[in-house]
Amino acid sequence: MSAPARRPVAVVSFAQARNVRREASRNEVELLMPVVSEVFAAIGASKDDMGFICSGSTDYLVGGPFSFVTALDAVGVWPPRAESHVEMDGAFALYEAWVLMQEGAIDAALVYSFGRSSPGDVTEILALQLDPYVTAPLWPSPVALAALQAQALIDAGEATEEELAEVAARNRSAARANPNAQVVSDASPEELLADEYVVAPLRRHALPPITDGAAAIVLAAGEKAREWRERPAWITGIDHRIETHALGCRDLTRSPSTALAAERAGLFEGPPVDLAEVHAPFAHQELIVRRALELGDAVTVNPSGGALAANPVMSAGLIRIGEAAARIWAAESERAVAHATSGPCLQQNLVCVLDASDGAVVGGGA
Amino acid sequence: MSGAEAGTQPVTVLETPIHLDYVFTPGIAQSIFLRGLARGVFLGQRCPTCGKVYIPSRGSCPVDGVATDEVVELPDTGIVTTYCVVNVPFAGQAVEIPYTCAQVLLDGANISFMGLIQEVPADQVRMGMRVEAVWVPPDELGPSLASVKYFRPTGEPDALYESYEEYL
Repeated sequence: MSAPARRPVAVVSFAQARNVRREASRNEVELLMPVVSEVFAAIGASKDDMGFICSGSTDYLVGGPFSFVTALDAVGVWPPRAESHVEMDGAFALYEAWVLMQEGAIDAALVYSFGRSSPGDVTEILALQLDPYVTAPLWPSPVALAALQAQALIDAGEATEEELAEVAARNRSAARANPNAQVVSDASPEELLADEYVVAPLRRHALPPITDGAAAIVLAAGEKAREWRERPAWITGIDHRIETHALGCRDLTRSPSTALAAERAGLFEGPPVDLAEVHAPFAHQELIVRRALELGDAVTVNPSGGALAANPVMSAGLIRIGEAAARIWAAESERAVAHATSGPCLQQNLVCVLDASDGAVVGGGA
Repeated sequence: MSGAEAGTQPVTVLETPIHLDYVFTPGIAQSIFLRGLARGVFLGQRCPTCGKVYIPSRGSCPVDGVATDEVVELPDTGIVTTYCVVNVPFAGQAVEIPYTCAQVLLDGANISFMGLIQEVPADQVRMGMRVEAVWVPPDELGPSLASVKYFRPTGEPDALYESYEEYL
C-alpha cells in the first residue's frame, strides 16, 4: 500500500523554564508565561501567527480543576482561537498539532506543557494513572514499579547495576552543558554504585529528580518554517503506540510500543540517525528504549542529560523533541530521533524523527 | 463455574478511597492581592497592553498574555453588576437567609468578584447599586477574602446600566 504524502512540518522554536526542585513563588501561569514569550521572541513570531494552540498538562499535579484552562492566560486567547489540551505529556500535544497541520489549513501552531510536581506527592499522584480496580488501590509508587522492571531486565541478563550507573553518570555529566538542568554530576559509575538502594535494584542515581518545569515549541509548515528558522528540524515521521494497562500482561524488559512507533515513524528507513533524545525517567529504561529504537554505538544519546537530569512531569517528553530539534538547527545533527513516554514502566511511547532536509518528508504512517 | 466461584456474587461496587495533600502556591500576583487584604486594601494589577485592571490578578492579562506587573490600589467602593438572593438553607450556612451574593465591580477595576451584601433587605438589592466594603476589625485582618466582612450600600445614586454592561 502506498503511503500518503506528508506535508512538511518543522520544529522551529523551543523554550523551557529552568528546571528546579521547587518553584516556590510562581504559580503555573507565571511559570509558563516567560517560556511562551521566549518561544515567540526567538523567531520573531507572536500568538497572532498561531493557527492552533495545543497543551499538555494534568490537573492532578496542581490539585486544582481546569488548571489547563487558566494556563491559557499565559498565552492570551483574544480574539478566540482554536485550542486543545491533552491530559498527557506535551509531546502528545505536539502530535495532535502535527496531525491538524497535515490537513493544510494552518501554517503554525504553539505547543506547550507545564507541571509543578512540588505541590503534592508526585509518587502518589502517578499511582492514580494505574488501572483503578486492581492496581491503583495498592498505591504502588512509580519507583517500585520501575524497580520491578529493572529487576526483570537484570534477571533476563540484559542489564547490570553497573550499566544503570553508567547510564546515570553519562546523562548527568552531559547535563553540565545544559543550563536548564536540575541535577548534574561528574561522579563516575563506580562512585555512583556506592549509593544506597531506594528500591532494589534501583539506587538513588537511577531515579529521576522531582522537577517543576514548563516548555513550549512552535511548529511551522513549508515556507513559514524557513522564514522563521534557517535550518528547520523537519518532522519526517511521528507516531505513538500504547501497551495494555495490565502490568502483568506485559514483558517489561521490552518496549514493543516504542519499536512499533519507531517503525511507523520511518526511523528504520533512510539514513541512520546521529542523535537521540530519549525520555527515560529511570536509568534502565534508557537501555530498553535504545534497544527498541535500534540505536547503534555511534548515536549520541541525550546530550541534554535527559530525564535523569530534569524530569518535569508532562514536559520532559516535549523537551526531548525541543532538545533534538535545537541540535539540528545548530547543524550538530543531520537526522535525530526524539522519544517521549507516558504511563508506568514505559506503557505508552511516542517517536518523532527529525531531519535537516525536508526532502526526507515522504510517505509512511497509516 | 469452578468450586471457588460457586455461591459467590459478582462484584458490582468497588470503593477505592483517594486522598491527596497539596501545598498551594497562589503565585506572585495573587500573593500581592492576598497581602493587600491582610492590610485592609484591595490591590489589583494593570495590563501594560490594554490597560485593564484585574483583581485578583493571576499574573497575566488573559486577553494579551503579558505580565500584569503594575500594582494598582483600588478603593473600597464599587457597584453591584449582578446578584443572587440565597433562600435555600444548607449545612454550614454562616449567614441568615435570605441573603444576597453579588458580583462587585470595584471602581477602577475591569473585572468583578463575588461579595456578600448586607445592611440592606435582600429584596432591595439591585443591579447598579453603589456599595462599599466593610472590613473585619484590624486585629482580625488576614491574607484571605474573609477580611472583607461584606459590602453595604453607600446610598449614592445607582450607576447607569451602560457603565457596567460589559462586565455582566
